[in-house]
Amino acid sequence: MALLEIRNVTRRFGDFLAVDDVSLSIEAGEFFCLLGPSGCGKTTLLRMVAGFDAPDGGAILLDGRDVTGVPPEARNVHTVFQSYALFPHMTVAENIAFPLKMSGVPAGDIAARVEEALEDVSLIGMTRRYPNELSGGQRQRVAVARALVNRPKLLLLDEPLAALDAKLKEKMQLELITLQKEVGIAFVYVTHDQQEALALAHRIAVMNRGKVEQLDEPSKIYSFPVNRFVADFIGTCNILDAKVAGEAGEHVRLDIAGLGQVETVRTEHAHPGAKGVLALRPEQVSISRQLSSGADENRFSGRVFDFLYLGDVTVYVVELVNGSRIEAMLPNSAPGRAKFFEAGDPVEISWRRDAGRFLPE
Amino acid sequence: MRDDTPPPAALESSPAVRLPHAAVPAARLARWLVSGPPLLYLAVFFAIPTLIMVVASFRFPGDFGGLAPIFYQDESGAHLDLTFENYTRFFSDFLYTELFIKSFGYAALTTVVCLLIAYPLALLIARSPKKQRDLLVLLVILPFWSNFLIRVYAWMIILGPNSVFVGALNRFIGVLGFEPVTLLYTSFAVIIGLVYVHLPFMVLPLYANLEKHDPALLDAAQDLGANAWNRFWRVTWPLSLPGVFAGAALVFIPAFGIFAIPDILGGTSGIMIGNVIKQQFLDTRDWPFGSVLSIVLTLAAVALAGLAALFARRSRP
Repeated sequence: MALLEIRNVTRRFGDFLAVDDVSLSIEAGEFFCLLGPSGCGKTTLLRMVAGFDAPDGGAILLDGRDVTGVPPEARNVHTVFQSYALFPHMTVAENIAFPLKMSGVPAGDIAARVEEALEDVSLIGMTRRYPNELSGGQRQRVAVARALVNRPKLLLLDEPLAALDAKLKEKMQLELITLQKEVGIAFVYVTHDQQEALALAHRIAVMNRGKVEQLDEPSKIYSFPVNRFVADFIGTCNILDAKVAGEAGEHVRLDIAGLGQVETVRTEHAHPGAKGVLALRPEQVSISRQLSSGADENRFSGRVFDFLYLGDVTVYVVELVNGSRIEAMLPNSAPGRAKFFEAGDPVEISWRRDAGRFLPE
Repeated sequence: MRDDTPPPAALESSPAVRLPHAAVPAARLARWLVSGPPLLYLAVFFAIPTLIMVVASFRFPGDFGGLAPIFYQDESGAHLDLTFENYTRFFSDFLYTELFIKSFGYAALTTVVCLLIAYPLALLIARSPKKQRDLLVLLVILPFWSNFLIRVYAWMIILGPNSVFVGALNRFIGVLGFEPVTLLYTSFAVIIGLVYVHLPFMVLPLYANLEKHDPALLDAAQDLGANAWNRFWRVTWPLSLPGVFAGAALVFIPAFGIFAIPDILGGTSGIMIGNVIKQQFLDTRDWPFGSVLSIVLTLAAVALAGLAALFARRSRP
């Protein structure tokens, strides 16, 4: 039995369908991500799990028990809010003691439990500080400690790292992963940041317009997106309009207007005549000066249009003969060299036949 | 070996460090230009009159009211004619202290009743949709648009023996077997008047405070297991204490020294210290003793305001 089961949940706000017949289940001990652009319904779904909002249709089951209509204070589910929502008039220790007091933990046990929770988030010695005396990262830790201190069945996190700078964000991501493993409580993590979702989650549900577009492990979602939205939303992706021309064993031939034919892996929707797009990750595209001769490769010549030097890699935007632009990523493994090609250079790009995916419209 | 770090002196004389110093005199002038006029106003209309009153409290009353000359002349020359007699009179007659205590009680009761009425009202306004809030605040301050005395006289009619309200009340309690009551010219009428007049002064600071509360805090409290009462008592109430103290000070201090309301609604039994002070200046024409009472009232009010400020500061980190 799943820890949390969301069954055909629908939520409307007037004419707007915020959550549209969503079903998913979350297992105990899982780190689950709800990922999607703003307005996709992920926060509405989270608020319904927490109990702040009720579905118009469907049911939410926690441990097999229907919790529709159970108020938030009676659910064994805690939330880490985006703004942290720490009580400004309470010290760190009082903030963390709050859920313990509410659930009737004897006063004598509270101090030890608070100390333990602070240890979990490596915040020892901060007990007497007030929230306004803490840094953003420390506040985030207090919020997590407060939500975890009385061991809920499920921890909901609503974009908890959105307010932190990039460096701190990465550090906190690693800490969250470690913490989740240590406490063994299922996390449901809402974010619009695809990198964060890929880094943190065991499984990701990619949401768009109230629906779950794809639900899978991060590497599967990244490598095998099921549709154009997922391909485009997760990571960077080259999207080329394509039509299936024919089959060739395990591969299919695609017609790309003005460019010619390419081959890619056969997928269930890639039957001859089907229209769609070819999705190709920049790191799958090789770029070189002279024509190479790999038999199982798709090759085209073009011209460097522009490039982005990112330190670890350089992304080259290559304009092909049909005017479409393809991004190719090259690691900067040779120290001191910012780039291998200049804008305007004639280049050759290629990718393996098993790279890229045909996605039907 | 070359040392690239500049000596500290070079840092100190860099223009980036010196610039703020150059700007200081102009900024200071601007500050005085802005705060000078209100300071002058306070000096002329508050500090100097207070000082005059303090001096007056040590003088003798004049033969026909007012103040006796501050100097008297005899063979040895001019002497300052000052006395502690007015203070001795205040402390030797318990009647005045009693009146202070009674006025304190009225003001305290007014403050508590105002708080009990204003808190739910301010909470209601603060949690109304944004569009309705301004209208509701306008309704709270609407009574200010008509004259204070007229509004208090209106209460004289409402509480008077011929009013429909008192008539209905007396018929009702008559059915229950009670004697008819008189409301006007009682301490009850004074408290009603005090509460009515001061209510907006409690509502507004409370609303200003409650409106700023982050609704996410209540969500968090509920999420962490707090029921409605705990959400109020552990989150909303402690966070609203600065507003409570501000409102309490704005109600208590003027209510403590007020004379118009007990004059109109209180009769002889509802008299407060403000009435006695007014009497000393206008009827008995004993200005020195009136000054003593005024000074005691001011000191008491300042001490209470200081206490309120102290509590307000403690209630917020």
